Amino acid sequence: MALLEVEDLRVAYGKIEAVKGISFAVEAGEVVTLIGTNGAGKTTTLRTLSGLLKPATGKISFDGQPLDGVGAHKIVAMGLAHSPEGRRIFPRLSIEENLRLGAFLRKDPAGVADDIGSAYERFPILGERRRQAAGTLSGGEQQMLAMARALMSRPKLLMLDEPSMGLSPIMMQKIMSTIGELKAQGTTILLVEQNAQAALSLADHGHVMETGSITLSGTGEELMHDESVRKAYLGED
Amino acid sequence: MQDLPDQLANGLALGALYGLIAIGYTMVYGIVQLINFAHGEIFMIGGFGALTAYLWLPDGTGMAVALPLMILLGVVCAVLVAIGAERFAYRPLRGGPRLSPLITAIGLSLALQQAVWAFYPEAKKARPFPQLGGGDLDLGFVALSREDLFIFVSAPVCMLALGLFVAKTRTGRAMQATSQDPDTAKLMGVNTDRIIVTAFAIGAAFAAVAAIAQGFKTGEVNFRMGFIAGLKAFTAAVLGGIGNIYGAMVGGLVLGVGEAMATAYIGDVPGLEQFGGGSWKDVWAFILLILVLLVRPQGILGERLADRA
Repeated sequence: MALLEVEDLRVAYGKIEAVKGISFAVEAGEVVTLIGTNGAGKTTTLRTLSGLLKPATGKISFDGQPLDGVGAHKIVAMGLAHSPEGRRIFPRLSIEENLRLGAFLRKDPAGVADDIGSAYERFPILGERRRQAAGTLSGGEQQMLAMARALMSRPKLLMLDEPSMGLSPIMMQKIMSTIGELKAQGTTILLVEQNAQAALSLADHGHVMETGSITLSGTGEELMHDESVRKAYLGED
Repeated sequence: MQDLPDQLANGLALGALYGLIAIGYTMVYGIVQLINFAHGEIFMIGGFGALTAYLWLPDGTGMAVALPLMILLGVVCAVLVAIGAERFAYRPLRGGPRLSPLITAIGLSLALQQAVWAFYPEAKKARPFPQLGGGDLDLGFVALSREDLFIFVSAPVCMLALGLFVAKTRTGRAMQATSQDPDTAKLMGVNTDRIIVTAFAIGAAFAAVAAIAQGFKTGEVNFRMGFIAGLKAFTAAVLGGIGNIYGAMVGGLVLGVGEAMATAYIGDVPGLEQFGGGSWKDVWAFILLILVLLVRPQGILGERLADRA
């Protein structure tokens, strides 16, 4: 059984259906990506998985347990961490306080301290500025903090929503190579990206979403060489 | 201006009282963007709770014994009513149109007033509140009454405890996170419903302490006392920058001192003789609010909304 299984998931805002019955799975140790244009329903899917939105119908199971009706704050306790679109760091809390909130439910202070140390090793800039209000960080630094914060819960599955959004090419490369490192360390990742090229090159499996439906699925390699994907998402004609 | 120290002490005592009530408005607003118009009635119920504790004690019980019990029962009553209001009146409306909880708050405010009026013994008119007794504390330049001392001790203690709680504890950090971004706080594993209840409870506890202070000052409690006190405290919260707990206290102090100064000295200004004295104090308080908001619409310690994004 896969770590995450989504079956015929539908999500609606009032009468408008944003996700129209999608099914996919994420195996432990894999990187799976959802690509597609703005408004395809990718963010809605992630927000539903983490419990911020309620599905209209469909089944979600995580680590063998159903997620229906489980509150968002309990889903993170089950091992599903979500780094949301737009980074959403807590701007008036310090960097270190942001990281501590990522470990809010953990009861092992020594382990938390260790993990804060590793976050600063991974992103030295965060360590240098640990007492600074997170809102003073640049966009790329905020993205580092958002990812580090999500990792603080030691998740079984890390969901990243548009980590490269609005970043400079250099910063984007840094973030993508960090995702590559996490993958190499065995972290299971569900990655939502508009930067299809970068996402597919990292992914074991990918799904193309269009207006609420999955229209194409395959390995990262297959999708990268697919004619229609190249036309629509990789800017080739 | 001989009595300036006295007027200043008077204003600070009044302001600290407003500030304590204002904390409740500002904390709830900071977290759920709701103006809890029933907060004045929570304050009033705190006052009646304290009175009840006093009436239960045998005649002749000293204040040293009575006061802690009055505070305890006042706080318990106010907190229970606030938690009940959150659970049964506001929570079902969360996520709905923003006007609905506002209307509910006004309705709840009336309902609580009428409930005390109808069911508390002899509450159809003001009920006398016990007095602290004892003489003034003479500091040389100013003599402080026992009533003022009560608020001068309790307000800083409450503020210090709240400041430490918010900055240093796990729940306090979760509270800050929830006020900055509730959805993301949930993603961290914060049970935001519990944080909201905590905010209501802290605000209610502080309001109960303020009600006891006001009972001592005015010598009575009555079912309508929450209206004007709540309005003033709400003004203090807006003046200080709503959503900011220190702003609430600063706004309260500015309002209290401004009110005391205007009451004492406006009548001495040539041409303004008829505007001095206690009957104009509310007018001056709201003029102060308008003047501050003209210069700083976000309030004294408030941030512009754009900074919060």
